[in-house]
Order: sequence, then C-alpha cells, then structure tokens
Amino acid sequence: MNWKTFYALLARDGHVARRSLAMVLVQNLLQPLLFTFVFGRVLTSGGMMQGSFKSVLLPGVIAISMVIAGIQAVAMPLITEFQFSREIEDRLLAPIENGWIAVEKLVAGMIQALMAGLVVIPAAWLTMGSGTNISFARPFAFVAFCLLVALFASAGGLTLGCSVGATQIGLMFSIILTPMLMFGCVYYPWSFLKAFPGLQYAVLLNPVVYASEGLRGVLVPSVPHIAGWITATVLALADVGLVALGIRKFNKKAVS
Amino acid sequence: MGIGIRIEHLRKVYDTPPPSAAGGRGFSFGPTRSGGRKEKKKIEVLAVDDVSLEIPAGEIFGLLGPNGAGKSTTIGILTTRTEPTGGRAFIGEFDVWKQQVKAKRLIGVVPQRPNLDFALTTREVLLFHGAYFGQSARERVRRADEQLEKFKLTDRADQMVRELSGGLMQRLSIARAMMHDPEVLFLDEPSAGLDPQTRLMLWDIIRGYGNLGKTIVLTTHYMDEADTLCQRLAIIDHGKIIAEGTPQALKSSIPGGYLLRLRFDRATEELLAELRGLPGVTEVKSADPTAADVYADRGGPLIGPIVNAAQAAGIEVRDVHIQEPSLENLFLHHTGRSLRE
Ligand SMILES: Nc1ncnc2c1ncn2[C@@H]1O[C@H](COP(=O)(O)OP(=O)(O)O)[C@@H](O)[C@H]1O
Ligand SMILES: [Mg+2]
Repeated sequence: MNWKTFYALLARDGHVARRSLAMVLVQNLLQPLLFTFVFGRVLTSGGMMQGSFKSVLLPGVIAISMVIAGIQAVAMPLITEFQFSREIEDRLLAPIENGWIAVEKLVAGMIQALMAGLVVIPAAWLTMGSGTNISFARPFAFVAFCLLVALFASAGGLTLGCSVGATQIGLMFSIILTPMLMFGCVYYPWSFLKAFPGLQYAVLLNPVVYASEGLRGVLVPSVPHIAGWITATVLALADVGLVALGIRKFNKKAVS
Repeated sequence: MGIGIRIEHLRKVYDTPPPSAAGGRGFSFGPTRSGGRKEKKKIEVLAVDDVSLEIPAGEIFGLLGPNGAGKSTTIGILTTRTEPTGGRAFIGEFDVWKQQVKAKRLIGVVPQRPNLDFALTTREVLLFHGAYFGQSARERVRRADEQLEKFKLTDRADQMVRELSGGLMQRLSIARAMMHDPEVLFLDEPSAGLDPQTRLMLWDIIRGYGNLGKTIVLTTHYMDEADTLCQRLAIIDHGKIIAEGTPQALKSSIPGGYLLRLRFDRATEELLAELRGLPGVTEVKSADPTAADVYADRGGPLIGPIVNAAQAAGIEVRDVHIQEPSLENLFLHHTGRSLRE
C-alpha cells in the first residue's frame, strides 16, 4: 500500500470538489432545504401538520442528504470518467493497486457525505424555525450512525457508478434513487406505515430506512423507531456488502 | 541500467464489442444477465495472436501496422490496462499482470486517445501526476515548469484542460507521461492529429529521451515516422508479427525493393526493352513518353548501365531519382495490402 499516492488521489478529489464548491452545495442542499421549509415550516405553521413533525423530519433529512451527496459524489464522476473520457486512466496508471483507487473514491465520498450531513443540520434547523427538538445526548452513537450512513452512500455510489452507463443516469435517478428516497422513512417514521402492512415490510429492503430510523433513534428517541441495534447491524451489513461489490465492479471495469 | 521489455506468446481475445460500438450498455448488476449473455459470448475478436518480442533497454522500438492490427491492445497489456488472455509480458524483471504496481512505477504512457483529467488545469495535470508518483512538492513544481517549457505549454498553464485543442491535449498527454521520468515510455500513435511542426518537435523530444538511455515503445501507422525514429521495428497485422528488424534490414529483405524513377527526352519502346534486360530489374513501367519507372533489387549500381543503354540509343537522360525500399513496399509484399487502408 502506497500512502503517498493514496493521499495524492484524495488531494485531487478534494481539489476538484473545492473548485466546484458552490455547485456541490446547491446540489446537496437545495432539495432538503426546500423540503424542510415546505413541510417543516409552511405546513406546520399553517396547522396542517403538528409542530412535533419538525423533529421527525430533521433526522430523515440528514440521512437523505448524506445518502444523496455520497452517491452523487462517487457515482457521477465515475460514470463519465469510465464512459466518455476514460479520464480515470491516469489514476489507474498511478503506482497503486486498482482496488485502492476504489477505496480512495469511497473515502472521498464519505467525506462529502459527512460534510453534507453537517451542513444540513444547522441549515434545516434555521429554515424550520423554533420547535425542533433534537438531542445530542448520545454523541458516539450519532457519529457511528453518520459514518455507517456515509459509507453506505459512497459504497452505493461506487457500485452504481461502475454499473450504470452514461445514458442511464436519468433512469438511475428515477428508478433507484427516487423510490429509495420516498420509501426510505425519511419524512415519516417507519411505524407510520403500519396501515400498509405489505408496504411496511417491503420497505425494509431499502437501506435508507435504516439510515433514517437509526438517526431518528439517536436524535429524537421519543419518536417510535426501529431499535438501534437492528438499524446499526443492517447498515453495517449493507456497507460490507456494497463495499465488496463496488470494489469488485471497479476492478472489473478498470481493465479491458 | 535501463529497463528492457520481454513478451512471451502474448494473446488477447476480446469477448465484448469494442467500446465505441458499445453505445448504451444496459444495467449490468452482477454477471447474471442470463438472456443476452449467451448471444454476446459469440463475439470473439482475436486482437493479439501469439506475439513474442524482446526489446532491449535503451532502444526506440516501433510497432507499425494498419488500424485494428492489435497495436493498442499490445500496449494496453504492457501497461496493465488490458488483461492478457494468454502469454506473459515483462517490464524489466516484473510480470506486468502479476506485479502491476512495480511495473506501473517504471512506465509512462501516452494513450491513443488522450485521457487527461478534465477537472484540472494544464499545470495541475502535471502536478497531480507528479504527486501520484510520490514526487515532493518542490520537485513536482520544478518538473512541471520544465515540461511546460519543453512542450511549449507555458502560456496555457492555467487554462482548464477541457478548453485545449486536440493538438495541445496531445502535447500535454506526452508531457504528463514524461513528468515522472519513467524508464520506459509507451506512446500509442503519438503524432496522430499533430501538425507537421509539432510532429518534428515531438520526434526531437522522443530522440532526446532515448539518448538518456530510456526504452521507448511507440506505435504508428506512418511509415516515415517508423523509419526515421525507430531503431528497430515490428510490423504487425491481424495481431501477428509479420516482420521484425531494423528499418534498413526490413526494407532490404524484399527483392526488387528499389524504385528508379527516370526521365529522358524520349523513352522509346526499344529503350524500355533494353532496361528490362538489365541485371536485377524486375519490372519497367512507363506512364508517359518521357518517363520510366524501374523496379529493381539495387539502386545506384544500375545508373551506369542505364546511362550507357540510353547513350547507345541516342537518348538523353534528364533526371534520375532513386527511391529506397520502403516499409510500405514491405507491408505490401507480406500482406498484399497497403498500410494505408
Ligand atoms: N476494448 C475492446 N473491446 C473489444 N474489442 C476491442 C477492444 N479494443 C480493441 N478491440 C478490437 O481488437 C482489435 C485490435 O484493436 P487495436 O489493438 O486497437 O488495434 P490498433 O491499435 O492496431 O488499431 C480490433 O479488431 C478492435 O476492434
Ligand atoms: Mg490503436
């Protein structure tokens, strides 16, 4: 393992991300902020939703922001670099095993996902106004969940980025990301689905459910949620599986 | 020291269509696309067919062949980018496929299609490349400035790569490959798309790099490039090496390789008949009444007899031009086809 090269690869991704910081911020923040504003502010002050909804919403918004930011940060560049320009080749020729380049992508994606999560917390808090009650009583659990979710996002991005062709980017969003988002218990707790028993169990296949519910359990423990040890275990398993799958796909795609 | 290259019985069979034709590859989650998979299996392109080569350290070696001959695939295997189906390739003592990182440390690569990092500027491409190869910050700034100067890119240093013209990208691509001072330099059709002036500049740079004792492998389908630049050549067609040697040896290996283009005040039938009878002449063609093209296995030694024959017939020789045996002729001789499709 060649740390100098690994660090240089990471520095390159950091440099590129900083150059397009404004765009990355808009990309990652606009949707969650609009959502928190409309649901957390407009609808709650109009009386259509209870004020306590704000606290349900925030953990979900953190989760989905991290998931989307991580997936986009890793998948989008990979899709174009593998497809059109073969830009990635200059890094594949760097003196480091190809698998480590995939790992570097994972780390870079995690960093971007974590930053998106960090930025969205105060921003969402501000847009929703008073009445948002979240607790940071369990900081270690919070950090652990953030890391699990960030790794899920970047490993998912790696897998998607090595599976999807450039022409299917739109399709990827509409048939993978949007359903994951809508049925990810982002905007409602999982227990609310009990009116739809079939759906309630079907959504358990969606890892985003565990991300939202896990963060909800840590930040607003008073709202009903899936037990923390379950969400943490499922996320960890999803992480391990996606990391293995993503690196395998990357290695395959890297050589002809 | 210097690092040589050895290739043993290399084979490459592609079982997917080439990327350009791949268009919209569908979702491919895992290898379980049962239906279409079986039909796809039928595509088998034998790109490299049992190629063995030995390139000594310090040599400028050329792979000459038409499009689709398997040049890029050979380079791809030698640079870890393509997995060989059979056989082995070594850079120095390292098996390229099994000891990829060690091999990658020794090589610089200019791919056929520039693969520059579009998210960076010209200078950053060089700086990050240096960083990937472990150069210190000071060293890579110094090297980058040198390379920019050498390739006349200094005034483009802070421009985004995606805004550069094709020729400039090609120059940057070569500058990048030499940035970490590799022992072995691979250039896949380096002068394709370059203007004549840049081409000459590039040839100088390649020769200069060779003079430092570096090993250089380049592919080309330009005969003049192969001829003037390469110390040794392999001519490749349909994935097979059909001839190998110095340009000079290759050219003189075919009989009747010389072409003498003659002009007279008039070229009579009797004279042409005389010329056909001269020693070593294989063919005489006359397209107009004052010219004759003589194909022969020798050049200079025929001039005396030609002049004598003309004088005996009372004909004046106006011009003699000797064309040395060309690689084009050689390719034609071996394959019955021209190098230029
Ligand atoms: N990545 C690829 N996948 C499938 N077939 C390929 C690929 N690359 C090249 N080929 C095929 O292999 C053959 C040799 O190609 P190549 O090595 O690029 O030749 P050259 O560089 O001499 O033009 C061609 O028939 C080409 O279509
Ligand atoms: Mg080629």
